Amino acid sequence: MRKIDTAEIGLLTKRLLIEANYVLSDDIKGAIDTAAVTETVPQSREILEVLRQNYIKAEEMVYPLCQDTGMAIVFIKIGQDVCLKGEYLLDVVNKGIASAYKEGYLRSSVVGHPLTRKNTGDNTPGVIYTEIAPGDKVEINVMPKGFGAENQSGLKMFTPSSDKKDIVDFIVNGINLSGGKGCPPGVLGVGIGGSFDYAALMAKKALLIPLNETNPDPILDDMEKMIMERTAALGVGPMGLGGRTTLLGVRMLAYPTHIAGLPVAYNYCCHSCRHKKGVL
Amino acid sequence: MSFIIDVDKQYDNLRNSKAGVSLLISGTIYSARDAAHKRIAAMLSRGESIPVDFTNKIIYYMGPTPPREGSPIGSCGPTSSYRMDDYFEMTCKLGIAATLGKGERSPELTNFIRKYKVPYLITIGGAGAYLAGCVRSSKTVLFEDLGAEAVMELVVENFPVIVAIDHRGNSIFGG
Repeated sequence: MRKIDTAEIGLLTKRLLIEANYVLSDDIKGAIDTAAVTETVPQSREILEVLRQNYIKAEEMVYPLCQDTGMAIVFIKIGQDVCLKGEYLLDVVNKGIASAYKEGYLRSSVVGHPLTRKNTGDNTPGVIYTEIAPGDKVEINVMPKGFGAENQSGLKMFTPSSDKKDIVDFIVNGINLSGGKGCPPGVLGVGIGGSFDYAALMAKKALLIPLNETNPDPILDDMEKMIMERTAALGVGPMGLGGRTTLLGVRMLAYPTHIAGLPVAYNYCCHSCRHKKGVL
Repeated sequence: MSFIIDVDKQYDNLRNSKAGVSLLISGTIYSARDAAHKRIAAMLSRGESIPVDFTNKIIYYMGPTPPREGSPIGSCGPTSSYRMDDYFEMTCKLGIAATLGKGERSPELTNFIRKYKVPYLITIGGAGAYLAGCVRSSKTVLFEDLGAEAVMELVVENFPVIVAIDHRGNSIFGG
């Protein structure tokens, strides 16, 4: 058994959250750069150029990419040959979140109860998923998730008679209704199958997949292309001001499901699709 | 091509701006988002007066990140405006000249925009670092306990906005 002190996981969570809030990943930067050249609506092209300047400025580590530095979503994969030592894992991770948001000059955007809505003051708690994996490593993926975009997500329990087109219609219609509200051009994570909750979890996890990888499932690959093409044709464009740059990318995951069901969830992420991975 | 507007003096020009026009605004504006609107509504319903004069001012739907030492503000891009739709007429009655945020609003809002001549402006969502470069100073003036959701007075310089819905009800969205 490999021993890992949970304090290391807390420190890594903190470092990754700060980095994710200041530095976009290369695939997202590349997608913005490309769109800033290819978009044909002049005003929308100017907006994409500002987004390019924005990520360049954020890399100076003074101003975060966006003022909505998100609720901290943390995925932790723990190798089954790892023995965790020290303080309780989730407490340590929440402490890592708190120190990231304080020391990284990030906004506290979490309220302690969804109805009484008092800000917790340190952006905790995060939404923390743990998963047991093979091996003796601990892998952490952080995703500071802004809620302007999160609010534009959707879920529908389809029946098995539904086909690819029904699903794509549902998603494209949702993107159309969202218009400029979720900070397009966005990135869309989609989960198909599993159960009600698992489809939503897959939709969120799909946002971690780099935009420049081809989906290994040819059905999903085809649907990703259909969604890209049809959302471009909507003409939503950057900030809803028109143009073909409605999404920077779509990433889909699928899982076996029940004979009676076909859950579909999509999780909307703004162009500032922030996530960062680290391994211990 | 952008028009430059001093919003402290040229608020009539601001109110008359046409949809689709890009403006670079300079002057004093106020931030307020969900919680501040809710609190203002509660104060007004109790018959209390609001200790900030919003007459002819822009309300910017925004809650910034904490500023670093020596910076006038943190990242400060717009939040989604539609969440403040229910409070829109209330802020119009406070005399505001415009609201500033991002994204579409409910269709019913257009009537109030016309009635009170309060155009809706947008700026670039997710460009908080970039927009911070257009803010000269900021200070909290109301509801300090709300943190990032407090009402702040911002002095901006050449802050880029686009007139999204003008006082005649013309909109740049949906076409």
